[in-house]
Amino acid sequence: MNSSLLVVVLALGIAYGTPLLYASLGELLAERSGVLNLGVEGMMLVGAVTGFWAVQRVHAASPLSLAIGVVAAALAGAAIAAIFAFLVITLRANQIVSGLAITIFAGVAGLSSYLANDLNLAQSPAAHQFQPIFPKSVQDWPVVGPIVFGQNALVYASWLCVALVWLYLWRTRPGLNLRAVGEAPASADAMGIHVVAYRWAHTLAGGAFAGVAGASFTLALTPQWSDGITAGSGWIAIALVIFAFWRPELCLVGAYLFGALQALSPQLQARNIHIGPTVLWTSALPYVMTIVVLVLASASGARRRFGAPAALGVPYVREER
Amino acid sequence: VFALLLSGVVLEATGHGAVPSFRKLFDAAFVSSGALGQTLVAATPLAFTGLAAAAAFRMRLFNIGGEGQLYIGAITAAAAGLFLGGHGWPSALVIAAMVLAGAAGGAAWASIAGVLRAFCRTSEIITSLMLNYVAGYLLTYLIFNSESYWRETSGFDAKVFPVGKDMPNAAVWPAWTIHLQGGIAIPLGAGIAALVAVGLWFLYSRTRFGFEVKVLGDSPHAARYAGMRTRRKILAVMAISGGIAGLAGASQVGDFRHTLDADPNGMQKQYYGYTGIVVAALARYNPFAVLLVAFLIGGLQNAGNTLQGADFPSGLVGVVQGLILFSALGGELLVRYRIRFTRHARVESPPPATETA
Repeated sequence: MNSSLLVVVLALGIAYGTPLLYASLGELLAERSGVLNLGVEGMMLVGAVTGFWAVQRVHAASPLSLAIGVVAAALAGAAIAAIFAFLVITLRANQIVSGLAITIFAGVAGLSSYLANDLNLAQSPAAHQFQPIFPKSVQDWPVVGPIVFGQNALVYASWLCVALVWLYLWRTRPGLNLRAVGEAPASADAMGIHVVAYRWAHTLAGGAFAGVAGASFTLALTPQWSDGITAGSGWIAIALVIFAFWRPELCLVGAYLFGALQALSPQLQARNIHIGPTVLWTSALPYVMTIVVLVLASASGARRRFGAPAALGVPYVREER
Repeated sequence: VFALLLSGVVLEATGHGAVPSFRKLFDAAFVSSGALGQTLVAATPLAFTGLAAAAAFRMRLFNIGGEGQLYIGAITAAAAGLFLGGHGWPSALVIAAMVLAGAAGGAAWASIAGVLRAFCRTSEIITSLMLNYVAGYLLTYLIFNSESYWRETSGFDAKVFPVGKDMPNAAVWPAWTIHLQGGIAIPLGAGIAALVAVGLWFLYSRTRFGFEVKVLGDSPHAARYAGMRTRRKILAVMAISGGIAGLAGASQVGDFRHTLDADPNGMQKQYYGYTGIVVAALARYNPFAVLLVAFLIGGLQNAGNTLQGADFPSGLVGVVQGLILFSALGGELLVRYRIRFTRHARVESPPPATETA
């Protein structure tokens, strides 16, 4: 029963969805403050390479070195985000072009591959990797075993993050301020909220989440390094935030849905199930789905109803209001 | 220049001599034997994708689907080349058909995002980007996972590793050779790119259409008020942009690869479409500047490819590109800021940018 297609795809979907979830939570925080960060993919890759490197270098017990790896990845992601924040918040450069510049700078043919090459990371498996934390007997429970209890610590931590982000956004004063900054920066400023500081802080937090997302590739999903290991999932994460109408709890649903779609393709092939050009449609499906969802989300003024921050992508210049 | 300094710092910091690395880069790009020809090979697709991005970005229509439009252009151009070339049409006609097919393919692919933007107001950034992946999978599928028209199905090699059919001779684009530096071949695609640049310049600075596009980009509300047709412009500009990107694909098939290259380490690893955005941004969307920047970035890429190995760090090219772009973006803002500062200085004393640390 636990090897049936549905259970396997759901269990793998949660695993594959985890980096998407981290990255989209980070992107959500940045977008809520009015910063459209298109550099997620680059930040993920740098986080992935840094986290991997930290785990290879630190000679400590497995949980400790993994924790250090994740922290290192978060810091690296935030460092790249700092460049981005400087460009778009302080210098008010175009957010779209700057985001692309970040991805080119840090991405597949950029810093991440440079660092990996320099530190000689390719072709070796991770020294430690995240393992399922529940005992085998629990994992073997029917259906819920593999899906709920067969995951690693990063997955459970991501659930915690969803809850924390939700609480932060909707139940705390800084969260309220953050939403105000994203909706109406001029009014927020008039209320005494430091718009620039909020944007900086949440862009950095977004970068840190992206870094962790990268590390969940190199330390959990595919515990090794290869150039461009994230394969465009940073971009999917950006789309996911729109898909989730800027809500953390829907990010979770969306991330697992996309994760499941990614898991579906190899599973169908492994089981010799062919429906039309299987390889083509299963691998292209997540991307097509994103487009369909975007169309649905953007049709007939739904954007406003579902909560796109009104000032998304607009640099804030105090004197121009 | 600032970017070069910065990347010098990166190099020194990681234990590679900065000066020798740059000298090697420069030599491999422009000086050493055959280098200029190779640089042109790298620059031609970048000129196309750069022009494609410039055409769309000028209207603040962020078509980042150049990559996918290039793939589709390559697929349609290859189809035209294989079909007409295989039926014994004269070479000139086959080439013209490939050019048209490539442009049409790219334009059609871009129009998916264009239509969605025009009629559903869907962000063209994400849709065009997602379509890149779809196009990539389609390209891979045609050669690796199916017995499609484009795939070579006979012969020993084809059984070992799936490849695309070779283009018939009539579908191979000519090149002009300059006898310098051991022969520099100027591919037909480079010539077409130059023509496209002239055409784009004319369209954007000498016609009413171009004027309206620029107004729509800079001030959509004013444009609406003046009664400009936003939807039509979006559709047209996306199609133009996609068409130019499709030409890059056609040129890949006709000029350089002479087959539909679906190898994941081949055309798809070059990221011409994404780099084209860098090129366009650096050229500030000016078509002639795009040609120049494409040549320089092409040199950088070519050098990166030739030098990649033990003593030359891979990924440096992307780093340098990114740094150049950061500097350009930052510099542009400083220039703009200075203008604003003098204008506002009389009205209010605190300069705006000091509010951040």
